[in-house]
Amino acid sequence: MTPVAPGARAEAPPRPVAWPRLGGAALGRGLVTAYLSLIVLIPIAALVAQSIDGGLDGFWTAVTSPLAVSALKLTLISSAIVVAVNVVMGTAIAWVLVRDNFPGKAIVNSVIDLPFALPTIVAGITLLALYGTNSPVGIDIAFTRVGIVVALLFVTLPFVVRAVQPVLLELDQEMEEAAASLGAGPLTTFRRIIFPNLAPAILAGAALAFARAIGEFGSVLLISGNLPKTQVASLFIYAQIQSGNDTGAAAVSVTLLLIALVVLLVIGRLTHWTLRHDR
Amino acid sequence: MSIIVEGARKEFGDFVALDDVSIQVPDGSLTALLGPSGSGKSTLLRVIAGLEQPDSGRVMISGWDATDVPAQKRGVGFVFQHYAAFKHMTVRDNIAFGLSIRKRDNKEIDERVQELIQLVHLEGFGDRYPSQLSGGQRQRMALARALAVEPKVLLLDEPFGALDANVRKELRQWLRRLHDEVHVTTIFVTHDQEEAMEVAGQIVVMNEGRVEQTGQPTDLYEHPRTEFVMSFIGPVNRRGAMFIRPHDLELLQVPAPDAEEAMIERIVRLGFETRVELLLPDGQQIWAQMTRDEAEFDELAEGAIVYARPRRAKVFEANGEPRTEELSAAPGA
Amino acid sequence: MTAKRRPGRYGLRFVALGYLAMLLLIPIGMISYRAFEHGFAAARSSVTTPDALHAFYMTIVIAVIAVVANTIFGVGCALLLVRSNFRGKALLNAIIDVPFAISPVVVGLSLLLLYGRTGWFGDVFLNNGIQILFAMPGMVLATIFVSLPFVVREVVPVLHEIGDEQEQAAETLGANWWQTFRRITLPAIRWGVAYGVVLTTARALGEFGAVAVVSGRISGQTETATLWVAREFGQFNTTGAYTASLVLALIAVATLLAMNLFKRKEAS
Repeated sequence: MTPVAPGARAEAPPRPVAWPRLGGAALGRGLVTAYLSLIVLIPIAALVAQSIDGGLDGFWTAVTSPLAVSALKLTLISSAIVVAVNVVMGTAIAWVLVRDNFPGKAIVNSVIDLPFALPTIVAGITLLALYGTNSPVGIDIAFTRVGIVVALLFVTLPFVVRAVQPVLLELDQEMEEAAASLGAGPLTTFRRIIFPNLAPAILAGAALAFARAIGEFGSVLLISGNLPKTQVASLFIYAQIQSGNDTGAAAVSVTLLLIALVVLLVIGRLTHWTLRHDR
Repeated sequence: MSIIVEGARKEFGDFVALDDVSIQVPDGSLTALLGPSGSGKSTLLRVIAGLEQPDSGRVMISGWDATDVPAQKRGVGFVFQHYAAFKHMTVRDNIAFGLSIRKRDNKEIDERVQELIQLVHLEGFGDRYPSQLSGGQRQRMALARALAVEPKVLLLDEPFGALDANVRKELRQWLRRLHDEVHVTTIFVTHDQEEAMEVAGQIVVMNEGRVEQTGQPTDLYEHPRTEFVMSFIGPVNRRGAMFIRPHDLELLQVPAPDAEEAMIERIVRLGFETRVELLLPDGQQIWAQMTRDEAEFDELAEGAIVYARPRRAKVFEANGEPRTEELSAAPGA
Repeated sequence: MTAKRRPGRYGLRFVALGYLAMLLLIPIGMISYRAFEHGFAAARSSVTTPDALHAFYMTIVIAVIAVVANTIFGVGCALLLVRSNFRGKALLNAIIDVPFAISPVVVGLSLLLLYGRTGWFGDVFLNNGIQILFAMPGMVLATIFVSLPFVVREVVPVLHEIGDEQEQAAETLGANWWQTFRRITLPAIRWGVAYGVVLTTARALGEFGAVAVVSGRISGQTETATLWVAREFGQFNTTGAYTASLVLALIAVATLLAMNLFKRKEAS
């Protein structure tokens, strides 16, 4: 090796950086933006454009038609019920999976994700196989609103469980012991120590479950039986597409999308706020 | 309130955490449970707190049998190594927790919390969250929280273990003073013999799930009953059957009865203290401890040959009392 | 903690597991029974008709294209999000998640409006003889849309976790960006990518609503496995519907096994 004079370093050209920072990153950014635009943004823009094809009045008329209103109402009410059940049962299941021990726990734990892996149409058929018209257990929820709720419970099961589980696993159990040594019984400890620490995760899981529930289509299609009383928003949109009412379909679609985004945004803020003292 | 544990036994699977442990803690004392990790000291503390149920044995708190009483009814204050701060509550709410469980009225709670905040020197931090405090502050908050309910007994599980060396030293002295002020019967767990010696009035030395010896710090140091206590409390040289403290080893310039020839390998100067590392002819390494002045007076130098003579040594016999051999009464050559 | 809390624990276990059994396990067990209700031969012949086989073929082709496209995009996009800074990054990050918040039917409708006869892109393709809607391209676009976020969302945290020290070390040793990516970054994120691929595959195989809208559901031509299942069920050919559902459920179970495997690999 030739010795380098001390001054030579300063004159040497800067070492070429490994990531192509200027040209490469810009190219990457361009490609990613183009892909997202082509796949996601432009189609949604087309949707929004169609929804206001007849002006804002047209939009308003479409989403306030009796059928649209009843579909949106049913969607929001059943999704709210689903979220409430998920909050309770999802937390209970996460608790049992983290704090309890029983044979077969590992299997139960991996089964939780099944609704994510199972095609939604299969989820609907699966539920109808047991709770349908020919139910072997004598429970028939086909073509009912209860059926809609059960289908939504099925497809949204993992959200709260999977959000709460890691937090519960990480939760400092000494906090609970400290509460016990200060005189708190199990219920008080849960209410005042455990629950406030789980709340952000429960909220986050609930938000995702809600967003999923209001848009769900495949699993409720067969259970609804195409009846007006069980027509949720996604089924309403599908029916409008079939009958060629693009503007009506688009207007309700945009409404649905806005509700989902607002809920995710608000709960995201809320979660952020409740987590402000962690770290 | 005195605490008595009788014949406590606790197993975790194959591991015996407590093997027939009995201790007595007098009312108002400050007691250390001292031992290496896995010696059962934390388990014993948790058994006293009711956070762990012994497989057999009894726990008596001020005369009544608390063995089957759940933690929340025992009236003990417990302080955890990692603070167990309620991180979603302010310092004030943390300290008030136990009082609000007991449904005290708000005015009383406010006053008591204010008092405790002053006691643990957290004035001005009442509205902060634990994440905004340093480790030492969090531990003081945890202490205030435990003291708020006026526990009969205060239990601390390695309370300074997670803190920096400096903060640890400071909090030790502070705990000592706090105990002098509050006089609540206190037991703390530590694996640091210096910490135990400095803070505690009584030390229970534990090893492998058993109590090795109980006594006052100086008592344990001067009269250890087992080899384990001898070598766990304070440094020790082992020479055949003899256990010799480094400060009981004197270095002579000329041969003498009971003195062994040794070469000075290294001299470590630590301010006031000087450590002299010696190599014996059979290859064993031992060390002697002396003041700086002593080392200088003797003009010790690395590589020099000296004669090492124990002034005092302990011999532990297989069955029977440990024996102290006074080999040379007068210090100095 | 103490013996006194046991009854509560058993109660909670019973409720939680009972809920899972009623909602998940027993219904899925029923599927197998329903599929083979009329014997194995009937089940087999019901899903080996030309239409059924074509439907499964369509599903696989669409899924493969969607997975490849979204994997390349996902890894690139994750690198961009984690390893570089630019204006609009937060917006990009938010847009990635839009497919999670949107109904599959709405996805289908959006594509229908964009590529339909009166849509913005309708003329361009039709005049050049390219059929997007009611054909493979539209179905692929729909499937890519709904399964877009998975790889990005799995790779981003892994990239955060491994940090960029190893990459910088490789740079100082003279590796160019491709060598760094190929030999340092990719091996470090491979289980995250694999996990994302499995999720993308599951979503792509199971997609129903979006393809239902854009495919036109022409049997033997633009029908995927899920669309075929729905039609069979609607026509009361339940053995076929249940058997195909069982096949899809088995694929889902295989997906779960793969997910568990990759999660464990990622953790180690």
